[in-house]
Amino acid sequence: MSRLTPENEAIAREIISRYPKPKSALIPLLHLSQEQNGHVTDEAMVHLAELVDVTPAEVIGTCTFYEMFKREPVGRYVVNICTNIAFQLLGAEELLHHAEHRLGIKAGNTTPDGLFTIEDVECVAACTEAPCLTVNYRYFYKVDGEDFDAIVEDLRNGRQPTRKAAETGPDGAIPSHGTLALERQHIPADRAAGNADPDSAPAPVWLEQQA
Amino acid sequence: MTAPIVKVVTSRFDIEDAHTLAVYERTGGYEGLRKALTMSPTAVHDEVKAATLLGRGGAGFPAGVKWGFCPPGVWPRYLVVNGDESEPGTYKDRLLMERDPHQLIEGCLIACYAAGLSQCFLYIRGEMALAQTRVARALNEAYAAGYVGRNVLGTNFSVDIVLHWGAGAYIVGEETALIESLEGNRGMPRLKPPYFPAAIGLYGKPTIVNNVETLSNLGWILRNGSDAYKQYGSESSPGTRMFAISGHVKRPGVYEVQHGITTFRDLFYDEQFCGGIRHDHQLKMFIPGGGSSPWFFEEQLDLPLEARPVGGAGSMLGSGAIVVMDETTDAVKACLRVVRFYARESCGKCTPCREGTNWLETILQRIYDGHGRPSDIDMLLDVGDNISPGPYPSAGWEAEGLAAVPFPPRQTTICPLGPSAVAPVTSALRRFRPEFEAKIRRRAVNIPLRVEESAHV
Amino acid sequence: MSDTAPAKSTVSVEINGHTIEANPGELVIDAAERNGVHIPRFCYHNRMRPVGMCRMCLVEIDQGRGPALSPSCMIPVTEGMKVDTESERTRKAQDGVLEFLLINHPLDCPVCDKGGECPLQDNTVAYGPGESRFVEEKRHYEKPIPISDLVFLDRERCILCDRCTRFAKEVAGDPLIHFQGRGSRTEVNTFPDEPFSSYFSGNTVQICPVGALTSSSYRFKARPWDLTEVESTCTTCSVGCSVTLQSSRNRLLRTMGVDNDATNWGWLCDRGRFDIEAVESDNRLAEPLVDGAPARWSDALRKAAAAISGALRDVGPSGIGVIGGARLTNESAYAWAKLAKGVIGTDNVDAQLGDGLPGELLFGLPRATIAEACAPKGTIVLLGSDPKETLGVLYLRLRHAVVEDKATLIELGHGASGLTRYARHALHGEPGGALVELAHQAVALLPEGQPVTVVLGRTSPTEDPAVLAEAAQVFAAYGARFLSGLTRGNVHGALDLGLAPGLLPGRVTLDAGRSTFTDAWGSVPAGRGKSTAAMLAAAADGSLPVLILLGADPINDSADRALAERALQRATVIAVDTFPTDSVAHASVVLPAAGYAETDGTTTNLEGRILPLRQAVTPPGTARADWAIAVELATRLEADLGFDAVEQIWAEIASLSAAHEGITAAALASARDGVIAAGSGGSGGRPATIDSVPAVTAKRVPLDPTKLRLVVRRTMYDGATLTQQSRSLPSLYNDNEVRLHPLDFEKLGVDEGADVTLVAAEGQLTLPVVSDRGVVRGTAVVLANVPDAPVNILLSPTSPVIDVRLEVVR
Ligand SMILES: Cc1cc2nc3c(=O)[nH]c(=O)nc-3n(C[C@H](O)[C@H](O)[C@H](O)COP(=O)(O)O)c2cc1C
Ligand code: SF4
Ligand code: FES
Repeated sequence: MSRLTPENEAIAREIISRYPKPKSALIPLLHLSQEQNGHVTDEAMVHLAELVDVTPAEVIGTCTFYEMFKREPVGRYVVNICTNIAFQLLGAEELLHHAEHRLGIKAGNTTPDGLFTIEDVECVAACTEAPCLTVNYRYFYKVDGEDFDAIVEDLRNGRQPTRKAAETGPDGAIPSHGTLALERQHIPADRAAGNADPDSAPAPVWLEQQA
Repeated sequence: MTAPIVKVVTSRFDIEDAHTLAVYERTGGYEGLRKALTMSPTAVHDEVKAATLLGRGGAGFPAGVKWGFCPPGVWPRYLVVNGDESEPGTYKDRLLMERDPHQLIEGCLIACYAAGLSQCFLYIRGEMALAQTRVARALNEAYAAGYVGRNVLGTNFSVDIVLHWGAGAYIVGEETALIESLEGNRGMPRLKPPYFPAAIGLYGKPTIVNNVETLSNLGWILRNGSDAYKQYGSESSPGTRMFAISGHVKRPGVYEVQHGITTFRDLFYDEQFCGGIRHDHQLKMFIPGGGSSPWFFEEQLDLPLEARPVGGAGSMLGSGAIVVMDETTDAVKACLRVVRFYARESCGKCTPCREGTNWLETILQRIYDGHGRPSDIDMLLDVGDNISPGPYPSAGWEAEGLAAVPFPPRQTTICPLGPSAVAPVTSALRRFRPEFEAKIRRRAVNIPLRVEESAHV
Repeated sequence: MSDTAPAKSTVSVEINGHTIEANPGELVIDAAERNGVHIPRFCYHNRMRPVGMCRMCLVEIDQGRGPALSPSCMIPVTEGMKVDTESERTRKAQDGVLEFLLINHPLDCPVCDKGGECPLQDNTVAYGPGESRFVEEKRHYEKPIPISDLVFLDRERCILCDRCTRFAKEVAGDPLIHFQGRGSRTEVNTFPDEPFSSYFSGNTVQICPVGALTSSSYRFKARPWDLTEVESTCTTCSVGCSVTLQSSRNRLLRTMGVDNDATNWGWLCDRGRFDIEAVESDNRLAEPLVDGAPARWSDALRKAAAAISGALRDVGPSGIGVIGGARLTNESAYAWAKLAKGVIGTDNVDAQLGDGLPGELLFGLPRATIAEACAPKGTIVLLGSDPKETLGVLYLRLRHAVVEDKATLIELGHGASGLTRYARHALHGEPGGALVELAHQAVALLPEGQPVTVVLGRTSPTEDPAVLAEAAQVFAAYGARFLSGLTRGNVHGALDLGLAPGLLPGRVTLDAGRSTFTDAWGSVPAGRGKSTAAMLAAAADGSLPVLILLGADPINDSADRALAERALQRATVIAVDTFPTDSVAHASVVLPAAGYAETDGTTTNLEGRILPLRQAVTPPGTARADWAIAVELATRLEADLGFDAVEQIWAEIASLSAAHEGITAAALASARDGVIAAGSGGSGGRPATIDSVPAVTAKRVPLDPTKLRLVVRRTMYDGATLTQQSRSLPSLYNDNEVRLHPLDFEKLGVDEGADVTLVAAEGQLTLPVVSDRGVVRGTAVVLANVPDAPVNILLSPTSPVIDVRLEVVR
């Protein structure tokens, strides 16, 4: 069962309603399905195709363009180590090797217990804090081997790692792979300005009246 | 003499909980919006034009002028906020979204009001979970407080800001790819012409794409006026700009500096900024504007942080990302690493980019691995020439009698991504050709990238 | 863009030093091509939107700011522009792109179907580098994968030009193949377990610039340099798509679409593309048969002539009937009309099998071409069978008009069609007269001041043609023009040349043409003859002892199977055909005809456009052209048709027919897009063509709440003879089902998926039942001519509607 659950389908419909054209919601919906299942399944893509009225081939076309979408199961924690230039200069490759050695897997793979996946990734926009890694897209700055071991240990034991975590508290908590924002946007019906229909939206009233 | 530090967009970075509405309102937040709503949209637009607010996403185009490119009488118009920050070395938009999301929201509202934009999509890079959380929360607060949505602050100005997020693809930062992505498609850049989405953009309608930092300036400008803004920076590049300086400096970090008057030397060596090269090493080279920019060296240190002189000197300021490399850096390896980025991130649309970037990486990798051939150097340059027909922009090197080739490069591709991969190749080969030759001659003798222990500052 | 366009209507552009005049808005690549300068390209295709992906078409273009390498497929011409397609920089860029493309392209040309006709190969020879400097391993993929029943994909050969994927989405509207992955790992593929089952998939094979897409039909069959080709026209349906027929050693191997601006724009549907395989079928009739046994032509012809003479003697000319003819060439149709009406003297001649419309109706309404129907911002009213299922390429044109050219589509019919999703308004009602009311409603919805074209065909064989005639008149009164939606191959040629009761060649009535044709032929029938249904009824009751079938299979393909069986059992049947169909099995004399691609001549499409047919291979055995059979049969009847070559027949048509005046062989030969036959209104002593329709009021039959009204829908792949005799298509048909509106299930007490029996006065048929929102409430939709589930056992051409009872099978 990896179509969206009824609750998630309701969320999906709310997301779709915020766009003038349903297909625009596709990437957020792929995230939603990944949040539900940990990865994006074929059944989920068929469901999303129905929801946004495109073919499954179009959904998979979009899905496979973006590297955050995993079509195979990955670890509960996806550890991304940036090795781009600013990080490489300050030891990212060593950190990556350490991580591979420590977890016994090469980058791109998942530990047999299904807990960790390591990825060698491009710039994560924390270049001044090199070397750095993210766990399920939560940042840890200026990480060395020892820090890495501590982070892994904490996660293994079900603790929120705090060492070198860039943000702590509820904002920085690490949910399992697939969950991004911890809060969803919600536009209350009585506050919504409404979508601007590309085929028929009129000139904005405030322009006309103020000009 | 280094220009004093002025904080326009990072003024709340040191305040705790600045991302909340309460703190934002307490520190002057939404005053720019309130002020704008008392003015006519045209007057607001004029104010932004007068401020010469240059785009911070890379191309440095003045925002006020760009808004004016929307064809008259074609509705609706959209605003798309480019928060896809992924250029190697770039690290500022994430901070702005995490630490001061309301400032961005206020900027979006002002832009929509001034340019008659009926709906706003705020596109945040997929990997930025915290920024997404903070912006979502801020939007929810702002809706509840009446700043966003129907009849903003009781006026007839209504606009929805929709939080959208990506899923990992650098190319989506290119504005037409961003629009494709926002339409639910593969993020592949669209054909030019039209050169600006302001003519034909999202759903085929006029669309303004602005960078997060660009928009984050608007609240301040409206609150304090364009004259106040122009007191900072240089005449052609007023205000301030955020720069992320990473790599081999003593205090890497994100600094807001006065635009156009601060120099690279100030940034690297001044105590209020980076405080010098680590271990007081020699500077070897630096990337002045993100991975896509040709490299600069010692000789360019005194250039001001301003688009035109930097462009004339053969590179670009791009997205405010500076990567500093000291004498211990292996030029071949650094070159390979940057090229690899573009090879990985090519969207695959244009043949020269899709195949050429990979080929460049393949050749560089074999040189680095000690399997290079003497003909490889010319081949690198020739493959580069087939992606970006030369001469490629590069810094001057007086000692060798080489003049600067000014920016921008020519391209056989749709977007500048492919040609970006040529920047490190030509930069490195022009300056450090002997290192390449040595690797090819001596085979597999690599200078370690870091000679000393890891440089935790 | 600012339009400070100069007053003149063209744009002067300099290409390689020569000034040429280009059309405003034209792309540089097209302007150059029209002026004899070929710019190499892979992704650009003039019938699809440019994507500018491959970068092969880079040339130096100077728009006033100095020459810059620019993709000529993206840049529209501007006044004073200078283009250099031969400069050193252009050459290097093109060289570079080719080298890049070859990095990952396997060099397996010797075993590649495309070898010898491959743009990549050709461009490499013409523009490319001598040899590759790329020494590393190429990208590898699993060898060719079937992406549908008809198409294989070899991803290693793919150069990612986006042609097939763009075609699927933009042209066919079936985005079932798509780019997947990113960058150098990009590939074209389908969704897992969801094949590229588009009716138009074969076009992707044709437009693929390398050998990445190949058709299962042609794979490894031949090398291009062994092929001989002739230009011809597809006659699978009545759109008249231009094709080339490619053959080798007298075997027809492949057909490819040719870009005809008026009709197919280069596209073909898969049915048309692949049913030519039937030409090669082992089941072809190759020798005459008499009473089921092989016979010599002379004996078979003598036997046939004797049967005809006997009927003439016993009953008179009305004792002989001719059914069929829509498969024939124009020339053969004329020869048979002359034989039947001029020599035998019978007007019992009908090329339609009860599922068409009277020729008088079509001739009497003002006609439109496809281009006129599809004009940008025009309005199209659909009032006929589903074009997606029956007139594939017309569907593409109509879809394009709506999606790309902002035409408005209004659909009238008995339920959803393949175009419903593109329709501004879809007005659906049951057979029995509802369409007339809907026509009045539709007229009220027509946008002001825009030309309106009605695509007029038969919505269902269970709808009375009078209803369609009455509905058509509603639009005619509004000033609409009409494009015929009749579907059979050359039905329009057959009608134009008199293979219909009451008509003579040239769209004239018996009376209007009487003097001309009496002069030319010696005699014409006295009065209007019988339609197919009436002929079958007469044959069944013994009053019509001889039936001639001209490539017709009334048992499977007419509106009353039981009646057809009785008729063929009772009458003496003379069958002129290419295959031993169920109907041919009843014939006492079988005369094997030359089939498609085996004769020269012309055909007429639904616009009335005359298009060429060319012989590519010789007919099997002793089979011969239909017109030649007519000539010989006439001889046995002691008459001389007066011609013994196709050219002579055409000359006779052009000299006598009011609709074909001026369309000489020379005029045809010089017209690229074919020539439209139009009524001449009786000039130059020719008879007047039919130019008005009499007012009709069709019978209204209210729905019977205790029953379901039957709607019969045609589908692309059905039991049609050629489809079933081809190699690739026979299994592609959909199983037959009864489709009901979801809200009718409860009322009827049935569950989705149950087997139900439809009980009609004529017979009954058991099928599973499925729900479909596109079905009109109170109706049941069943597919026509599905092998083993023949719906025509429920039909009766004499009832205005067919109401059925539904019984659940327990
Ligand atoms: C390959 C490529 C990547 C880009 N990435 C970004 C980006 O991550 N963020 C951004 O704001 N602009 C990026 N840009 C620039 C945008 O295309 C666009 O110019 C910018 O968002 C406009 O905003 P501004 O006028 O406010 O600077 C990129 C451009 C290219 C060619
Ligand atoms: S240059 Fe590269 S990234 Fe840019 S559109 Fe072309 S293929 Fe895509
Ligand atoms: S033909 Fe112009 S880019 Fe491909």
